[in-house]
This record gives sequence, structure tokens and C-alpha cells, in this order.
Amino acid sequence: MRAGRTFASNPVALAGLTMLVAIVLALVFGPVLYGVDALDIVNAPLSAPDAEAPFGTDYLGRDILASVLLGGRATLLVGITAALISVSIGVTVGAVAGYAGGRIDAVLMRVTEFFQVLPALLFAMVVVMLFRPSLVTVALSIGVVSWTGTARLARAEFLRLKGLEFVEAARAEGATDLRIVFRVILPNGMAPLVVSATLAVGAAMLFEGGLSFLGLGDPNLISWGRMIGQNRSYLLDAWWTVTFPGLALFLTVLSVALIGDGINDALDPRS
Amino acid sequence: MGRLVWLARRLVHGLGLMLAVLVLNFVLVRLAPGDPAVVIAGEMGGASAQVMEQIRAQYGLDRSMPEQLLRYLGHVLSGDLGYSFYFNRPVAGLVFERMGATALLVLAAIGSALVLGTWLGIVAAQRPRGVAAQMVAIVSVAGFAAPVFWTGMMLLLAFASYWPIFPVSGMEDVGQPRHGVGWLVDVAHHLVLPASTLAMIYMAQYSRQARAGMIAALGADYIRTARAKGLGEARVVYRHALANAMIPVITIAGLQFGQVLAGAVLVETVYSWPGLGRLAYESILRRDSPTLLGILLGSSVMVILANLATDAAYRLADPRMRGVL
Repeated sequence: MRAGRTFASNPVALAGLTMLVAIVLALVFGPVLYGVDALDIVNAPLSAPDAEAPFGTDYLGRDILASVLLGGRATLLVGITAALISVSIGVTVGAVAGYAGGRIDAVLMRVTEFFQVLPALLFAMVVVMLFRPSLVTVALSIGVVSWTGTARLARAEFLRLKGLEFVEAARAEGATDLRIVFRVILPNGMAPLVVSATLAVGAAMLFEGGLSFLGLGDPNLISWGRMIGQNRSYLLDAWWTVTFPGLALFLTVLSVALIGDGINDALDPRS
Repeated sequence: MGRLVWLARRLVHGLGLMLAVLVLNFVLVRLAPGDPAVVIAGEMGGASAQVMEQIRAQYGLDRSMPEQLLRYLGHVLSGDLGYSFYFNRPVAGLVFERMGATALLVLAAIGSALVLGTWLGIVAAQRPRGVAAQMVAIVSVAGFAAPVFWTGMMLLLAFASYWPIFPVSGMEDVGQPRHGVGWLVDVAHHLVLPASTLAMIYMAQYSRQARAGMIAALGADYIRTARAKGLGEARVVYRHALANAMIPVITIAGLQFGQVLAGAVLVETVYSWPGLGRLAYESILRRDSPTLLGILLGSSVMVILANLATDAAYRLADPRMRGVL
């Protein structure tokens, strides 16, 4: 509760939350309210922003505002799914390594180190290309390459907490290892993991943006990264084709990052 | 522990990681949907059933999985990374040629980010309420949130189009000399925008680390001792405190080398910088998977070497680490 009040009294964090709520509302209701089909040709190709199309048109003459409103859905969906996958893998690996210790810990940390060395974007590119780009392969490949930070954090928390008295007490009461890991230790180590999960959503959205920009997004969906990639050759003649989708991605990730910082400050009174 | 023993152990460790990358590559290709023989035949422009059998025998696709894995490892060890049908040449040469340009871009970006980020961090630590401290706070959040391919395009728009002081793309001008000082200046001129784009993200993170490190270091006892000895403020800050504050910054820089390389893929695509990233983009457009796998291998080698270099830098910066590593 105290944490909630600290968060609410932090103007920067509140600004981030307001921004994110506004963006989500725009993505949910925007396409219907705006009423222009993102695939319709509304004007001459590459026409500058005007009253008709406030963000201008792309290389085929499609309304960019309509595409921005629709394209954010894929970005947000992939970002959240990938972050969930990444955090689940990270917390499981970190929890098992920190709780079990010994040889299991050593092996799991070697695996973590391996995934840290692997150039994440290139690996995801290979996976997506070999298994065909789709919402599922993109989200999975992002999740599989980006869990190492969370794993290290979770391991540190488990190492710190597992020797404390309340864990001893639970063990004395005959709780199973599974129960101790997930019901006793995990809730107490939540604070840093929540921050890490929030930032993971932002990072995954950027990652999705990068893959789509390179042409490795789901070919059936509009996304902000894909719009930037498709219009990149027209950048010098038509700045609006690239600027607006990029600005949308930037502001969305920025709002998530500000919320993450706010949660961090609220949960950790020292900083 | 002697330096040679340390180096040997690190090298074995690096080779182990490399082997793991190779096995993963192999597994991925085999798990992917589709018969590799059909893919190869497709790249050649179609083949009869008889030729398909020939392809299977030639590439060892008719053998057992462990045999195929050994065969693949043998090929890689002898420098054979496969053949690119799109570029019509062996992948190994293609990847090797492009590594230099990527290394130049990545090192220039990390170097300038380290210098600028550390400096910002020091100033911010000295005056916590000053302009620099607020800049560090803003820049580090904005640097995290900005998509690097987009900031690259925005810089391009500003400094190569509206105010054209830098070239739009490439690494060298055809009209400029290909050797000597003139060439170096030309490459440096082309390097400014891509390196700055990439440096901006990491400058933000380094400045945050440097600031935290400096605040911790400036409060330590040995700093009070140094001041009590009558050392000048500049010497206290830049020699005594900075040496310690740099250690976490170096750690982060080393750990993130793979991420910087990923950023380079996107930045190279924006600026048509002729490195591995641009090659990766071209091979995606052509669905040229042998080349993409070769790039993954080449960049893994670069990351492993960078980690080795970071560990060495670590040992130089912190004498206590010499017994540990």
C-alpha cells in the first residue's frame, strides 16, 4: 500500500501511466473511431500531412494515421507475449539455480552464460527465418533470447532468501520444495522481478520493431516496425512515412520505461 | 595463477561456447520445417528425383544425425561454412570480408559511448542537482526507449538531408582516394552518423553506471584519505575514484557487446554500412539461410573475443581480480 502511494506521488511515473493508458485506448478504439481503413488508398502516394490525412500517406497512398492506430496492436501483443515467455523462463531458471545450488546451479548458469554470449537479434532472425515469420515464432524467438537478465536477478533473490528464517519455518512444517519455491520464496522476492518484467515488455516491443523493420514480422499484420521498414526508401522525400510510426513506438516504450522506473522507486525506498 | 594459465583456461572456455553455438545451429536447421535437399534443389533452380538423390548423398543427408553433426563440425573446422546460392560464393569468405566494417562501427560506438557516458556520469555525481545529473536521468530513459533504426533515420534526415554535413550512406565515396590520409578522413566522415546513432543508447546506460559508481566511490574512506593527504580535487576524482567507478562500467560494456552487435545490424541497414548487419539484411531479403547462419557464427566469435578482452581489461583495472579469474 505504501508502495502504491509512493508511486502515485511520483509525477514522472504517473505521466508514464497516463501515456500508456492513452495509447492503449487509442489502439483499442482508434481504428473504429477514426473510420479509415488502413489498406484503403485515400490520396496520392507520399502526400504530405494535411486535414484529410493528418499523418500523410505512404508509398501506396494509404493513410498513415490509420496504419499507426492498427499497427500498434501487433507490437503490443507481441511485446507482452514475448515478455511473459522471457520472464517465465528467467524466473524458473533463476529460481531453480538459486534454490538447488551446487551442480544444478553450475549447469544452469553455464546455459545462461551461453545465451548471454549468443547475439540475440541475429539468433532470433535465424529462428524466425527458418520457421517462417508469424506472431507465434516472433514472440517465441524474442522470449527465448531475452531471459538471461531476469534469471540472474531471480537467482540472486533466491540465494539471498533461501537461508532466512521464514523459509526454515516452512520447511520445518513439512512444505515441499515446489511449495517453498513458488509460494514461500517467490512472493517475497517479487519486487525486483516486477521491475524487470515491466522493462522486459518495453525491450520486447523494441525487439519486435527491429525484426519487423528487417522484414521478419508476421506478413499478415501491420506493425510499427514493418511500416518503418517498408517506407525506408522514401525517408528523404517523405519524412512523415517513417517519423510517425517510430514516434509511436518510442512513446509507447518510453511510457513503459517510466512506469518501470516508478515501480522501482516505490518498491526500493533507498533509491 | 600465471597469466598463461589464465589465458589458456579462458580460451578453452571460449572454444566450449563456440562448440555450443555450432551444435545449436545444426539442431535449428534440422528442426526447421522442410527437407534441406528440397531447399538446396530450389536454390539451384529445381532438380529431378535422380539429382535429389545425388544432393542427399553429396551433403550427407542420407546418414544418421550424429554422423551429420560430426560432418558439419568437420566442415566448419576446415573453414567451410557452406555455399550461398544468392551471392554465388562460399559463405566463409563473405562473412570474413564484412567483419572489419562491423568491428569498426561497434568499437567506434562503444568507445565514444564510454568516454562521453563516463564524463557525463562523473559530472552528474559531483553535482547531483545540476544540469548534467538531470540530463543523465532523461537521456538514460530516452536512450532505452528509442528504437535504434528510427533514431538512425531521424539523424539521417537532420544531418544528411536538411543540413547535409554528413553523407547519406555507405563507408567511402567513389570519388575519394582509396588509400592514405584522404581515405581515413573519408571513412571517418561516413562513420560519424552510424556510430553516433549506436553510441546514444549505450552512452545513456554507461552514464547511469558511472554516476552510481562515482557516488559510491566518492563516499569511500580511501577518498577521504587522498583528500587528507592534500591531493588536488582533479587527481582525487580522475585517478582515485574513477579507477574504481570504471569497473562496473567495463563489466556492463563487456556483457552488452552482443547487444551492441545487434544494434549494429539495424544501424548498418539504415546507413547501408557494408558490414555483417547489411549482409544479414540482404540475406533475409533473399531467404539465404546459409549466409545468415554464417553471420550468426561470425558474430558469436566476435562476442566471445570481446568477452575475453573485457576480462583482460578487468584484470588490468582491478589488481584484486588477478587472483580470482
